[in-house]
Amino acid sequence: MVKLSKEKLDKVETILDRFPKGQSSLIGALHAIQLEIGYLPEEVQKLVAEKLEIPESTVYGVVTFYNFFRKEPVGKYIITACQGTACHVRGAGSVIEAFEKTLGIKVGHTTPDGKFTLDIARCFGACGLAPVVMVNNDIYGRMSPKKVEEVIAKYRD
Amino acid sequence: MRVRSLDDLKAIAQRALEKLCGRRIRIAVGLATCGIATGAEEVYSAFLKGIESLKRDILLTKVGCIGYCREEPIVNVVIPGKALLLLSRVRPEDASEILKNLIDGDVPREKIVCRVKEWDHLLEKIHYGDGFTDVSLYEDTPFFKHQRKIVLRNAGIINPEDIEEYIAVGGYRSLYKALTEMTPEMVIEEVKRSGLRGRGGAGFPTGLKWEITAKSESDERYIICNADEGDPGAYMNRNEMESDPHSLIEGMIIGGYAIGAKEGIIYVRAEYPLAISRLQIAIEQSRRYGLLGENIFGTDFSFDIRIVKGAGAFVCGEETAMIASIEGETGRPRPRPPFPAEKGLWGKPTNINNVETWCNIPVIVYKGGEWFSKIGTKNNTGTKVFSLVGEVQRVGLVEVPLGTSLKRIVYDIGNGCPDGLKVKAVQIGGPSGGCIPEGLLDIPVDYESLKEVGSIMGSGGMVVMSERTSMVETAAFFVSFTSEESCGKCAPCREGLKQMLNILNKILMGKGSPSDLELLKELSETIKTTSLCGLGQTAPNPVLTTIKYFKEEYEELIKRYD
Ligand SMILES: Cc1cc2nc3c(=O)[nH]c(=O)nc-3n(C[C@H](O)[C@H](O)[C@H](O)COP(=O)(O)O)c2cc1C
Ligand code: FES
Repeated sequence: MVKLSKEKLDKVETILDRFPKGQSSLIGALHAIQLEIGYLPEEVQKLVAEKLEIPESTVYGVVTFYNFFRKEPVGKYIITACQGTACHVRGAGSVIEAFEKTLGIKVGHTTPDGKFTLDIARCFGACGLAPVVMVNNDIYGRMSPKKVEEVIAKYRD
Repeated sequence: MRVRSLDDLKAIAQRALEKLCGRRIRIAVGLATCGIATGAEEVYSAFLKGIESLKRDILLTKVGCIGYCREEPIVNVVIPGKALLLLSRVRPEDASEILKNLIDGDVPREKIVCRVKEWDHLLEKIHYGDGFTDVSLYEDTPFFKHQRKIVLRNAGIINPEDIEEYIAVGGYRSLYKALTEMTPEMVIEEVKRSGLRGRGGAGFPTGLKWEITAKSESDERYIICNADEGDPGAYMNRNEMESDPHSLIEGMIIGGYAIGAKEGIIYVRAEYPLAISRLQIAIEQSRRYGLLGENIFGTDFSFDIRIVKGAGAFVCGEETAMIASIEGETGRPRPRPPFPAEKGLWGKPTNINNVETWCNIPVIVYKGGEWFSKIGTKNNTGTKVFSLVGEVQRVGLVEVPLGTSLKRIVYDIGNGCPDGLKVKAVQIGGPSGGCIPEGLLDIPVDYESLKEVGSIMGSGGMVVMSERTSMVETAAFFVSFTSEESCGKCAPCREGLKQMLNILNKILMGKGSPSDLELLKELSETIKTTSLCGLGQTAPNPVLTTIKYFKEEYEELIKRYD
C-alpha cells in the first residue's frame, strides 16, 4: 500500500478540524479531502473515522457507495467522457475508443507516467453539445474522434 | 444594504435597470455550462480586451443561457433605444468586428438570430426599442415561436451573479407580497389554486404536499430542493440554477414561510460545479440584502438556505434516499410510509420539491393561481421545460405549455433529425421512461398521456432517436444504467435487472430465443410490482415500450439464431 506523506495527512487533519463530529459531516468532509489530495485511501478513511468519531465501517460503506469518491490515486488530468443518453446516440462510443487508443489505456486506468486517467460519466448536463468530454474542470462539447488528439495535446505540457 | 420595504426594492430596481437597458451599449455573453463548453469564456475575454483598447464605456456582462444550445456561444447586445439582438456562434475573432459595428450603431447581419423588442419577465416588462426591422422577431423565430417562458423568464437575459438585476425584473416582490399581505395558509391556497404539479417526475400536486407538511404536528420542519437531476440527457435544472438562481431561492423562501420551516437545503449533484458556485453567490447576496436570514423584510419570519453536494449516486434523487444522504449515510431509499411530509429529515416533517417546481412559485404568488391555471390544460397547468437533445437539428432547452403535442416539439421547434434521417422514436423520462414511436407523436405531453403510452414525464429529458438507432441496444443501454445504479437494498431490482440485462445482451449477440421475449415481460412485471422504490418500479419501462412498439427489431435479432 502506498503511504501518504506526513504533509498530506496533516492537510487532511486540518480539513477535518473544520467539521463538527458526527455522521452528518461525513460526505462534506470526504468531498473536501478528495478535492485536496485526489482520492480517499484506507489510511485517510481511518483518520476520518477517528476524527468524526464514527465507525470505520461506516466511512468505508459511504466511500464505496458513492461513485464520486475514489479509493485509487488518479493521474494529473482526469479525462471523463460522458456516456449519457444524448452523448450515446451522438457517438460517444467512438470518442471513448479514440481516447483509449490515443492514450493506450482502457477506461478506468491511468497512463504509466501518471498523467492521464480515463473515466466515464453519466451526464454533465451539457447534452445539447453531445458528445461531451471533461478534462479536470474544462468541458469540451461537440466532440468527435478527430478532435481527441487536439484535446489531449493541450495537457501534454 | 438591507432591504426592508417595497420602496427599497423599487430603488434598487431603478438603479439596476440602467444596467439592463440604460444609456450604455450592453454586451452580454451567455456563460452557462453549454456556452463555456463551446468557448464562451474566450469570447468574453476577447470582448474585454477589445473594449479596453477602444477606451469606450461599454458594459460587458455575463448572462445564463437562453436555451438555444445549437447556436452556442450566444451573445446578446443592446444598443440604447434599439431592440436586443441575439447573436449566434460568436467566436473570439468576431469580437473586434462586432465592437466596431456596435459603436457605429450597427451589428454584422450574418451573426443575428433574431431581435427582441420587448421581454416579458412576467413581473416586469422591459421595453428595448425598435430598429433592425429587417431582422426577424424573436416571436417569429421557429425555435422560440411555440415556447412560453415562465420558469425560464429571466434565463439568458439577466446576470445570474447580480441580485440587483434580478430585482430589476421584479425579483423578490413576490416574497414581499407573501410576507406582508398573505398568511401562510393563503400562500398554500394560491399554490393549490394554480394546479401546479411537481416537476421532478411524479406530478404530485404541490399545494397539497405543502399543506400536509405544514399541518404535520412538529416544532421543526424542513424544506429541500431536489437538484440531483440524475437522468442522463436532462439538464433543465442545471440551467435554471446557473441562469436564474434567485428564482429558486425566492421560491424556497416563500415555501419556507408557507410550510413553517426555518431551514432549506438544496441538494445538488456534484457534477454541477458552476450551478453550485452560482447558488453560493446568490445565497450570499440574498443574505447581504437581508432577504435570507433573520427577520426578512423586518417581519418576524427568519429563514436560511444551505447547499449539500451529492456524490454521484442516481438513486439519491429519490426523496427518502436523498434524506439519508443529507444525514451522511449511504443513499438507500427507506420504505414509505412514513412519508417525508410526516417524518423526513432528522425525523421532522420535510417537504421536497424539484428545482423547477420551486422556480414557478414566485410567479404564482405574484400573478395568482388563477392566472397560472389558465396556462396548459385542465389537469396539467403551467409549462414544462424539456431538454430536446439527441438526433434532432435544433437541440436546446424548450419551455412549452403542458399539453403541447410531441410533434410540435420535435418537428416545429426541433426541426426533426439532421442529415435527412427520419425520426424513429423519442425517449422521454430518463432511464425509467419509455421510447415513444414516431407514429404516436400526436399525443400531448402531459402526465397522463405519457403514462398511457408506457412512459413517464420524468424530469423532462427528451432524446430524439433516428432510424439508424437500434431499439434493442437502447433498451440494453438503459437497463445497464439502472442495474448499475440500483442501490442493492431490494432483490427484485438488484437481481432482476441484472438478469434482464443478460437476456438483452444475449439477444443483441444474436443468441436469443423466442421465449426470451416472454421472459423479459414476466421479469418486468415482477420488478415493477415488487421493488422498494421508484427506481426499480420504473426501470423496466424502456424494455416494455420497445417490446411493445418495436417488437420486429427483437424478432429480427432472434431469427438470426434460428
Ligand atoms: C430513482 C429516482 C430518481 C429520482 N431522481 C430525481 C431527480 O433527479 N430530481 C427530482 O426532482 N426528482 C427525482 N425523483 C423524484 C423524487 O423522489 C421526488 O418525487 C421529487 O423530488 C418531488 O418533487 P416534486 O413534487 O417537485 O416533483 C427521483 C425518484 C426516483 C425513484
Ligand atoms: S448525456 Fe452527455 S452531457 Fe448529458
